[in-house]
Amino acid sequence: MRNDYKLGVITMKKKFILEGAICANCAAKIEMAINKLDGVKEATVNFMTRKMVVEGEDEKMSSIIQAAEKIVKDIEPGATMKKA
Amino acid sequence: MKKRLWRIIIGAVLIATALAIKNIKIEWLKTEWCIAALYLLSYIIVGGDVVVRAIRNIFRGKVFDENFLMTVATIGAMIIAEYPEGVAVMLFYQVGELFQSYAVDKSRKSISDLMDIRPDYANVKRGNELVKVDPDEVRVGDIIVIKAGEKVPLDGRVIDGNSMVDTSSLTGESVPREVEAGSEVLSGCININGVISVEVTKEYEESTVSKILDLVENASSKKSHSERFITKFAMYYTPIVVIIAVLLAIIPPILIKDASFSGWIYRALSFLVVSCPCALVISIPLSFFGGIGGASRKGILVKGSNHLEALAKAEIIVFDKTGTLTKGIFNVREIHPEGISKEELLELTAYAESYSNHPISNSLRRAYGKEIDGERITDVEEISGHGVIAMIDEKKVAAGNVKLMEKLNIPCSNDEVDGTVIHVAIDSLYAGYIVIADEIKADSAYAIKELKKSNIKQTVMLTGDTKNVASKVANALGIDKVYSELLPGDKVEKMEELFSQKSAKGKIAFVGDGINDAPVLACADIGIAMGGLGSDAAIEAADIVIMTDEPSKITTAMRVSKKTLGIAYQNIMLAIGIKFIVLVLSALGVTNMWMAIFADVGVTIIAVLNSFRALNVKNL
Repeated sequence: MRNDYKLGVITMKKKFILEGAICANCAAKIEMAINKLDGVKEATVNFMTRKMVVEGEDEKMSSIIQAAEKIVKDIEPGATMKKA
Repeated sequence: MKKRLWRIIIGAVLIATALAIKNIKIEWLKTEWCIAALYLLSYIIVGGDVVVRAIRNIFRGKVFDENFLMTVATIGAMIIAEYPEGVAVMLFYQVGELFQSYAVDKSRKSISDLMDIRPDYANVKRGNELVKVDPDEVRVGDIIVIKAGEKVPLDGRVIDGNSMVDTSSLTGESVPREVEAGSEVLSGCININGVISVEVTKEYEESTVSKILDLVENASSKKSHSERFITKFAMYYTPIVVIIAVLLAIIPPILIKDASFSGWIYRALSFLVVSCPCALVISIPLSFFGGIGGASRKGILVKGSNHLEALAKAEIIVFDKTGTLTKGIFNVREIHPEGISKEELLELTAYAESYSNHPISNSLRRAYGKEIDGERITDVEEISGHGVIAMIDEKKVAAGNVKLMEKLNIPCSNDEVDGTVIHVAIDSLYAGYIVIADEIKADSAYAIKELKKSNIKQTVMLTGDTKNVASKVANALGIDKVYSELLPGDKVEKMEELFSQKSAKGKIAFVGDGINDAPVLACADIGIAMGGLGSDAAIEAADIVIMTDEPSKITTAMRVSKKTLGIAYQNIMLAIGIKFIVLVLSALGVTNMWMAIFADVGVTIIAVLNSFRALNVKNL
């Protein structure tokens, strides 16, 4: 967890459900890739519950979500991100 | 999933046919191409989708994708005329995948069954009618009716009716609780016999049931160290194995005279079969998911895999006294007035303490027994760790411990008594004291004894209570170290002191009841809150919430933690160990592709089955 995240930046949390077949390793890969996106404070992908939580900067959220959708499609073509 | 199963069965039958043909006497069937065609057909049926995915991924530039690796391994095997191996690898790979998804589904389902406390509806009273609505739509203050056999949908207070409620889904406690008008009921419990009307006190989102569900469902998002290790490992493992495979296929045939290309390629292909990290990656979260689920069945809510893991490494366990080791139900034992009557002393003290929610204040109010008339009290000043000073009927009443009296320069008796003493001064004149005592919980001593057996190096008790009371409790329970007469701030300081006494890898757990100890809960490695039912502060601040108020549940939690961690380690060792051995053996050419299939699929299945054990907590 990066607790030393830039001070004063407003962040928000978005929750998603990953639908469709997804393997444990892919879930980990997706998590890692989303965490590297610009503006993301923390992303977790819970393989067991299929839940994904992305915490990121308020302003960059829409671009984060777009990028995340592309990452999911790339790593696991059979899965889609649905808003929870 | 059914479709996949059929494909596997048909594929298996075709392979068996192909193998059988070799032994029959019909010459035209025995031709090479006919057998090859049979294998090819079964390969397409079994692994067609894998190949399609692999091709798609190549265009995306993903060469270390498992579909791609499996495709290369199997097609490679067929090119060097090892048909049965090629098809069998694909077949078993699919069996493994099917088994994995079955296991994950099963595990998900057993957790959701376990957490089958989500209420589906609420019967709300609208006028004279009962309307069935979604619990979401009920507002605070609404009256709901709960019939026998129904779940309590929202937290509230009973206003009419008597019944027994089953709290086992929340607490693991099997003895039903009796409720009547005035008692609090928590959502998620089941009403056993009577009909009760309940006034809703919390909206669904804030209700116990949704908090617990949220907590358990999100628990495995916080990853354990072992899980992080394994995903890191997987990141490097696959590329390294694939690179070695490529080298193995190219270099030896060039360097070694008379080396057969196909022999080395066969070894390289075995490498590819073992290169998938899935067995490892899946079995760790599956174990922790099971462990967290199993713990919640025992009334222990763990907020993250990381906390479950940390608990197994606990070295020092620090307890708060009141409400944790003792019942926290105080009763007025003795009243020793000086210069006024017993009744007067009790009345004034009860009034002075009436603004506090501390268990001691509650006991005074209970002993006083009459309504508190708020208008008689003005100017209440609470001095943390000392007591209160309040104006009551124009008299300045100070009620608190010896420290308060010293602060106000009022001499008081300092006799040793068995319990907590509240000294009272009226208008700066000493007016006597009241003795309040608490009881030790029935299973506290057992809990401490069991903890010592499970390698806890030190048990410590922190309390704001007097040295006298504290050491009596500690002696009765066999606690190693006691710090008494602490102000809330001192507790954090003592915790920091204890941090210097543990080993580098050891952890410190703090167990409290969530009242006044949120900062300490937060600063410990593992914060454990007791009696979580109904206490929001505790659920919020702690890492582990014990729903009942039995300290012995801490040992249960530790056992679950150790078992889960043990299973996770077994899986890591088993999977890495077998894969490594098979890699070495295939490089040397000692083993064949069948062993590689076992190292991949067999190990996955064993690891997954092993992780299922974490869910079973019956005997812990």
